[in-house]
Amino acid sequence: MRRVFKNYYLIRLLKAFLTIFIVTTLTFFLIRLMPGNPLDIYISQQVAQGTPYQDAVQMANSIFQVDLNQPVYVQYLAYMKNLLHGDFGVSIISAATPVIDIVMRFLPWTLFVVTISLFVSFLLGVLFGTLMAYKRNSWVDHVLSSFASIITAVPNYVTAMLIVVIFGVTLNWFDTGSIRGSMSPGVQPEFSLDFLLDALYHASLPIITYILTTIGTWMLMMKSNTVSTLGEDYVNVARARGLSDARITTAYVGRNAVLPLFTTLAISIGFVVGGSTLIESIFQYAGIGLKLSAALTSRDYPVIQAIFIIICASVVLANVLADLLYSLLDPRIRAEGR
Amino acid sequence: MQRLSLLISSLRQTLRIMARNRVGFAGFILTMFVVLLAMLGPFFIHLDMTAHTELIYQGPSAAHWLGTDNQGRDIMMQIISGGRSVVYVGALAAFLTVAVGVTLGSLAAVVGGWVDSVINGVAEIVITIPKFPLLLVLAGFIQLDSPTGLALILASIGWGSLMRAIRAQVLSLKERDYVQAARALGLPTSHLLFKEIMPNMMSYILVQFVMNMTDAVYSQVGLVFLGIVPLESNNWGVMLQYAWRFGAIFSANSRWFLFVPIFMIVLLQFSLVTMSRSLDEVFNPRLRVGE
Repeated sequence: MRRVFKNYYLIRLLKAFLTIFIVTTLTFFLIRLMPGNPLDIYISQQVAQGTPYQDAVQMANSIFQVDLNQPVYVQYLAYMKNLLHGDFGVSIISAATPVIDIVMRFLPWTLFVVTISLFVSFLLGVLFGTLMAYKRNSWVDHVLSSFASIITAVPNYVTAMLIVVIFGVTLNWFDTGSIRGSMSPGVQPEFSLDFLLDALYHASLPIITYILTTIGTWMLMMKSNTVSTLGEDYVNVARARGLSDARITTAYVGRNAVLPLFTTLAISIGFVVGGSTLIESIFQYAGIGLKLSAALTSRDYPVIQAIFIIICASVVLANVLADLLYSLLDPRIRAEGR
Repeated sequence: MQRLSLLISSLRQTLRIMARNRVGFAGFILTMFVVLLAMLGPFFIHLDMTAHTELIYQGPSAAHWLGTDNQGRDIMMQIISGGRSVVYVGALAAFLTVAVGVTLGSLAAVVGGWVDSVINGVAEIVITIPKFPLLLVLAGFIQLDSPTGLALILASIGWGSLMRAIRAQVLSLKERDYVQAARALGLPTSHLLFKEIMPNMMSYILVQFVMNMTDAVYSQVGLVFLGIVPLESNNWGVMLQYAWRFGAIFSANSRWFLFVPIFMIVLLQFSLVTMSRSLDEVFNPRLRVGE
């Protein structure tokens, strides 16, 4: 039994590493071998500008961290070795800036926003969903259900735009200019209340957007799960035993109804992090998504590649965490080893 | 002739069941409206994309019912002609996603063994890689300017979770008594799959088609909005991008350029989602009991 328990985590971790490995390999071949890949384009551009071919190849070598004179498999091994050392090459646009520095400057802001948003929306969604299930067919349920189904159907970038136009421009509740970026000019990242408040102020619009656009899913799922759990025999038995309502709601109904939501949470993490490109562009929030769209516009391939790998790795790790959380809450999973 | 009348009566029955769920039926009607407008509308209008500098950002008027854009061009004509690629890419991507998901899902469930393991392994990776960044990166390397190509790519990265669900359903359905009975009669696997198992999954597949269409519309408009995918010049996503970039948000008259495409996109998404609920009822008689 104990061995199976250990194996579940081991297998889960192995799968995660395999996924990251495949993502990195895929990116390598996209950049290196696809017809019209950025390396060929870069070299032909340089040659067109009058650079001798060998010099152009040398420049491409240093920018893309490859050695084009070597066979492809040697290049691939060298690329993997560099990645393992956290070396993603240097940016084409911001010359001589290591890509990893750029990623590390922007990534924390996105993780900060995404973590807070998903946590709050999950918590509120579960609460509202339970409320809807207990008060089903009352006006509370109808209002919340309609709200949830409307808000889930609206794409998150549309919600973001409407927030800016309605609350920023029309009602003037906040200044659309100064709220941009991840912190105000002159504020230094440090452990102080001022910094935290400033960071939260700048992050507030993306956070509200993510909460609004994900909460509906949790509410509707939690409601239907709770309703079906309420009909289970063990809930009736618990009632018959005279357990308090609070205990039945949390330990008997809630715990079982919330379980399937964790699988969706894993998918949701990927969706929110992935959508950050759109949301951060709309609010001009200086996170990894905004950097990615800037890098795409300027065709800064080393940066695109690094951000993509880092985003995938974060999502894979977040998935592992969600899975572990799930298995902690549901002992059956550990036994089955899925 | 008899077949035709049979078809008509079954269509009538479908519509009657749908009409019982009023919200879902409204979703169906609205979806039909948007789809017909987007697909047929362009035949009936003359799109004039020449700039009229004296007409920039006019509010609604008799000449321009929904106002004009940042170059003085009529917004309503752009809306009518700009929906076609949105609907086309959405529907084609959803169709391909469902085709791939159902094929691979039933293959994995019916064949089993190493085929099952391989398909599952690939699906797990496809599901884990966040779709939108992958699309962005792919768009950086591949020219995504053809709607059909975009739909193909959307389908090739979107089949994972559908395949899993189909596999689970086929696995459970193939153990049912009636399937076992058909197998005992010596009927071929193709018969079991298409005549016994598939009809029981039709409702699920259709609902998935609609949900995948909303996903595809989301991704497509998002890509166009970021300026990554240069589709035709007049597309709801392109209108959003222009409105956002060229200051349409700052005055009441110019906001029409932003709000009208937003309204169309939200209307399409919302009616699709609503319709999928009533479809569930049409194909799933158990949900109808007690109405």
